Amino acid sequence: MADDRAVPPRGPQDFEKVLDQSSTETASFEMRDTSPLAKFHHFLHANPTAAPVVVLILSCLVFGVIANNFFSAFNLSLIIQQVTIIGILGAAQTLVILTAGIDLSVAAIMVLSYMVMGRLAVQGDVPAILAVVVGLGVGLACGLFNGSLATRARLVPIAVAVLSWVFLLGLDLPLIYVVPIGMIAGLAIGWLNFGPALELRLPPFLVTLGAWSIFFALNLWYSESETVRSQDIDATAPLLKVFGLRVELLGAQFTLGSFLMVGIFIVLWYALNWTAWGRAVYAVGDDREAAELSGIRTDRVLLSVYGAAGFLCALGGWAAIGRVGSASPQSFYEGNLDAITAVVIGGTSLFGGRGAIFGTLFGALIVGVFRSGLKLGGVDVLWQTFAVGLLIIVAVAMDQWIRRVSA
Amino acid sequence: MSLKPVMTGRGLTKRYGRVTAMDGADFDLFPGEVLAVIGDNGAGKSTLVKALCGAVQIDEGEIRLDGEEIRFASPMEARDAGIETVYQNLALSPALSIADNMFLGREIHKEGIAGSVFKMLDKKKMRDIARDKLTELGLMTVQSITQAVETLSGGQRQGVAVARAAAFATKFVIMDEPTAALGVKESRRVLELIQDVKARGMPIVLISHNMPHVFEVADRIHIHRLSRRHAVIRPQDFSMSDAVAIMTGAMDPPAEMALPEGAVLN
Repeated sequence: MADDRAVPPRGPQDFEKVLDQSSTETASFEMRDTSPLAKFHHFLHANPTAAPVVVLILSCLVFGVIANNFFSAFNLSLIIQQVTIIGILGAAQTLVILTAGIDLSVAAIMVLSYMVMGRLAVQGDVPAILAVVVGLGVGLACGLFNGSLATRARLVPIAVAVLSWVFLLGLDLPLIYVVPIGMIAGLAIGWLNFGPALELRLPPFLVTLGAWSIFFALNLWYSESETVRSQDIDATAPLLKVFGLRVELLGAQFTLGSFLMVGIFIVLWYALNWTAWGRAVYAVGDDREAAELSGIRTDRVLLSVYGAAGFLCALGGWAAIGRVGSASPQSFYEGNLDAITAVVIGGTSLFGGRGAIFGTLFGALIVGVFRSGLKLGGVDVLWQTFAVGLLIIVAVAMDQWIRRVSA
Repeated sequence: MSLKPVMTGRGLTKRYGRVTAMDGADFDLFPGEVLAVIGDNGAGKSTLVKALCGAVQIDEGEIRLDGEEIRFASPMEARDAGIETVYQNLALSPALSIADNMFLGREIHKEGIAGSVFKMLDKKKMRDIARDKLTELGLMTVQSITQAVETLSGGQRQGVAVARAAAFATKFVIMDEPTAALGVKESRRVLELIQDVKARGMPIVLISHNMPHVFEVADRIHIHRLSRRHAVIRPQDFSMSDAVAIMTGAMDPPAEMALPEGAVLN
């Protein structure tokens, strides 16, 4: 193609002629702002886990001075034990919040899952390992239920679950089998991915708010509001308590549950930072439309995130049996809010797309350190809760400041 | 020498309920050219472009890519066929880095077990390629390829989006209003980018309302009017006011559609 034909209107317009004399600086990507505060701001912006780490170290130092037993190996390992369950729920919550959603049903999924494990193994004569697998499946099914309502609701799996409940109850099968069988059947059918789907795309906040009530009611129906007692678990299914086992290390006591929690964080860190799925999770939370146009199947990503969150909650449920000893349908009522607290203090933005999974671990530890330190310092529980409230507000204020980009 | 079209559309029709957004529209894009698509608001040019990039599925008509009839069910399929689109909103994820954005949805995995079993990303390779592509287009004043896109100015973001499209397109690039949100200087930079991409032999479909920009970079101008192709002109043969007159119906279109030299249809 001859491009050099001299044609009047081609080339820069008259008013653009002066551009030749203008500086060429704007085309560069140089950082011009170099005041210490701006540098610090940029550092926090680029390293979302930096802020919670600094806060964690500072609070450890402060409490180490105030309360003399604080730095004992026993106390530090106790803090880790105390944050295990909230840490796992927080990890699940972080995944969802990174996609600019929120899952208000994490604690309800966890309780339902561990009730299924406990009742099946203790009262249902099901081998403990199978009871655990079914419990994990129930958690996954709950997560996928949330995810499908937030994207394209698949009607067949939900119908299969409900119809099999009706059918099996009609056969006089005990409730403890009926509920999990129905949910696992729904899960299995859902895998086939056929039948009509509604493009609901409901807001996650409302979906999971509803799901919270639904799962909680399911749980009361299923458990008949009865606790599975600790000595019964010991007698029939000690596997359920495996994460409560203690390991002695340098004078500190760690439960296997703590290792599970750390393991979950490492796996999620890898998945979020080193796989295409992880990039997709961030991209969906950042700007869903842009992600879609970039060729990411956003519905699939969201479904996988909610499913993974449900599964992690069930894993947390297994660990919770070990930690608490028994399986009570009324426990962990505040689990949801505690998990969100850990995520927020850990520096993950509630608006999605920003944050890091390890921030949540540090967030959970910060809450644990505050509670433990204040307790050792003889401060009333009331003021411990007050301090956690302050922490959240400071963390959100920090997030807003960090998000402000001087472009 | 005979020049065969890269993409042709014949009798393209799209209805939304009772509204006909496109009514038997035709379209031709030839190798190595910049084809501008102009038209009034509501003329149906965005529907045409969406049909080409797979965002809209046509009801009637046929689209041929290199002579082969083709039908895209999604933008992904068009992308896999080698058609890249620079959307008006750029479709970049602000919090992700430049390199992450360039490879969003088509990440490169490591070789061996790390890649096949653990799906590990080859971040270094992606960064290197991203840096190369930006350098090729003279955009490598970037301090760091790992910088978040939100820290870039509007023109720089446009640069990243164009570089991404140019890097992965094998057939052609569609640019939707690339200068609409930019200042004078940044627009100039984007027009230069268009020339750079064209110089590498990549055809470009440019949708724009900005007549000076269209007349500056386009080899041919496709004028859309009343849901179909109304005329194709060469910027050398007509003035901007003529083009606007044809576009709005104030002037009759030329009898013949302008074709590149040596072009052969079908």
